[in-house]
Amino acid sequence: MNDKRVEGKVQDSQIRVTNFLEVEEGYQEEEALTEASRCLQCVNPRCVKGCPVGIQIPHFIKAIKENRMQDAYDIILESSSLPAVCGRVCPQEKQCESFCVKGLKGDAIAIGALERYVADYALAHDFSSTNRKSPNGKKVAIVGSGPSGLTCAGELARSGYEVVIYEVLHKAGGVLTYGIPEFRLPKRIVQREVENLEKLGVVIQTDVLIGNTITLKELQDEYDAVYIGSGAGLPKFMGIEGEDANQVFSANEILTRINLMGAYMEEANTPIKKCKTAYVIGGGNVAMDAVRSLKRLGIDAHLMYRRSEEELPARKMEVMHAKEEGIVFDVLTNPVRILTDENNNVIGMEVVDMELGEEGEDGRRSVHEKENSLHPVPCEMIVMALGTSPNHQALKESDVQLTDRGLIVVDGTRTSSNHVYAGGDAVTGAATVILAMEAGKKAAKEIMEDLQ
Amino acid sequence: MYQVFYNKKINENSYEMKVKAPLCVKKALPGQFVIIMAYSDSERIPLTIYDYDREEGSITLIYQVVGASTLELTTVKDSLYGIVGPLGNANEICKNPDNYRDKRIVYVAGGVGVAPVYPQVKYLKSCGIEVDVIYGARSASLYLIRDKLEKEARKVFYATDDGSFGTKGFVTDILEEKRENYDLCVTIGPVIMMKNVCEVCKKYGIASIVSMNPLMVDGSGMCGACRCEVDGKPKFACIHGPEFDGSKVNFDLALKRMNVYKNEEAVKMEEMKEKLAKRGVSYE
Repeated sequence: MNDKRVEGKVQDSQIRVTNFLEVEEGYQEEEALTEASRCLQCVNPRCVKGCPVGIQIPHFIKAIKENRMQDAYDIILESSSLPAVCGRVCPQEKQCESFCVKGLKGDAIAIGALERYVADYALAHDFSSTNRKSPNGKKVAIVGSGPSGLTCAGELARSGYEVVIYEVLHKAGGVLTYGIPEFRLPKRIVQREVENLEKLGVVIQTDVLIGNTITLKELQDEYDAVYIGSGAGLPKFMGIEGEDANQVFSANEILTRINLMGAYMEEANTPIKKCKTAYVIGGGNVAMDAVRSLKRLGIDAHLMYRRSEEELPARKMEVMHAKEEGIVFDVLTNPVRILTDENNNVIGMEVVDMELGEEGEDGRRSVHEKENSLHPVPCEMIVMALGTSPNHQALKESDVQLTDRGLIVVDGTRTSSNHVYAGGDAVTGAATVILAMEAGKKAAKEIMEDLQ
Repeated sequence: MYQVFYNKKINENSYEMKVKAPLCVKKALPGQFVIIMAYSDSERIPLTIYDYDREEGSITLIYQVVGASTLELTTVKDSLYGIVGPLGNANEICKNPDNYRDKRIVYVAGGVGVAPVYPQVKYLKSCGIEVDVIYGARSASLYLIRDKLEKEARKVFYATDDGSFGTKGFVTDILEEKRENYDLCVTIGPVIMMKNVCEVCKKYGIASIVSMNPLMVDGSGMCGACRCEVDGKPKFACIHGPEFDGSKVNFDLALKRMNVYKNEEAVKMEEMKEKLAKRGVSYE
């Protein structure tokens, strides 16, 4: 009988493609209570094992059910610094929810939606979470104010450390601010989470590029420990002919213009390119965010991915929402050349069809070009969402060791340099918000151990 | 917010602004740039550093009004919303002056490009390396900071398009004429001028360095808007540059890529004029 989960209200797909307001409206009280009461309260909860930061999921759900909202919030905060963010952007279907017993015969509990409900309730009711141990006189510098840095800062500040976060942009939040769009993660939510950290005494210094403005060495001299959570790095391009055409952008550029600079708003001073047809190349969350943003600018937006829909690395919900919004999915297709006019403007691309082969060592099926499948596709804009390669501005003149692939060598989160720790995309390459948070949390733990 | 000492007009379309930025100035070296924001909703604008004073903790910038954002910048009075830097790499000669003591160096500046040339000339003089400067402008009235430049350079040669000051013609005419005197040229100015200067250099076997100033958003390598083709490969001006070997830069591509937002910028310019008029802000 209660095999079906409660679906929260979602903005109508026809309407939402004309705005940047949040797609999912979140549970109302009654919906949350109904969904919470579906939870079996397993004695050995499998869902917790699926959570990278180990939130005591059944406990907070029980608290919702019993209308103890402050408790619910406190339980989540024990493990996660950014519940309003995670409830919205975690790939729950691959994590906690995939382990839920209810999922064996029906729908898994909507853990993400419930987490979001608690966090939004807490923000709306101004729950304070300023519990912190008395200052221990130790200072930690954090490079980057993205999910990893914010999490690390929260953990340390609560334990009595003095924390300063350095951010190169003019606003805090990292990818939560410049990358993930308003319709998926409203910026006021990010702002509130940042303010909560500031209430704990965390200082955020914007407009600082570590490596240039201040060197890592100087941070090491001034602080007891340094955590590097500088993020994924330089956007990758394909290296195909015509890629330097005027309307070939990285997804990072498009998203930064739209989210950080507000270019989707009429009154914004930062421009964004519009056109009739645009293609976003890639299949991850960044690709999904970019293509859905372009759609909202009135562009006929396509997603092109070389594998099949099944292999799309993006969060399932985003794929579903994108489809509802009328994004065209051109899967098993790959560009080989970008076509331009004499002024270097994009007029289309040449693409080939692709076929899937055997599963490779990485567990993903290989993919190869179909013979004689080359054909042109007209368009005026192409956005590359192909991941990133390391950017180590922060490590200039430091002794932090790198792998052959240019990633930071770590043992846990400890780097080769004294009292320098690193985590998140700077270590793993582009991954998810929650994994970056996990690393930030782990770093905080290791810093505390080492500074004992 | 950053305190603004002054933001004043210095010729018919250029302004000079001095900002208090103590952290930013600590490591600033000639050749590096900053990104500034006039107000919280402004565009991020990259500007190469013109002058800096570590004791005072100040950075001075010279900018030309070329679009909505630089027009808006002229309205800044007491404080600037944002300044981040120093970004990019310092000029190679200033970084390692000892490697260049036996070189005969000339700087070729065009228009407002003289602003980033000046600190290099000054810095090198302080290291005991004197250089010549060839400085071109459309007309005599457009010259900037001539006195300061002449104080630091060994010699300054002028060229104007209309012959109203110095040689009538282009900087390349002077460079060709004096080519025997130099084996290294640093050129900063409009892309088309840098292209022509580098062609002359190539022709006569003079090494060249250019400072690229493409569109940019974050300035730390994250967005890739500023990519230039150097030696056939894409390079990010913000972290790999802004200075590159002039013989290896694809200037034709850079010229075309400058026009990406041309139409959008024209619209924004009109909107900005209206916005400022409505606010009763005067500008010229």
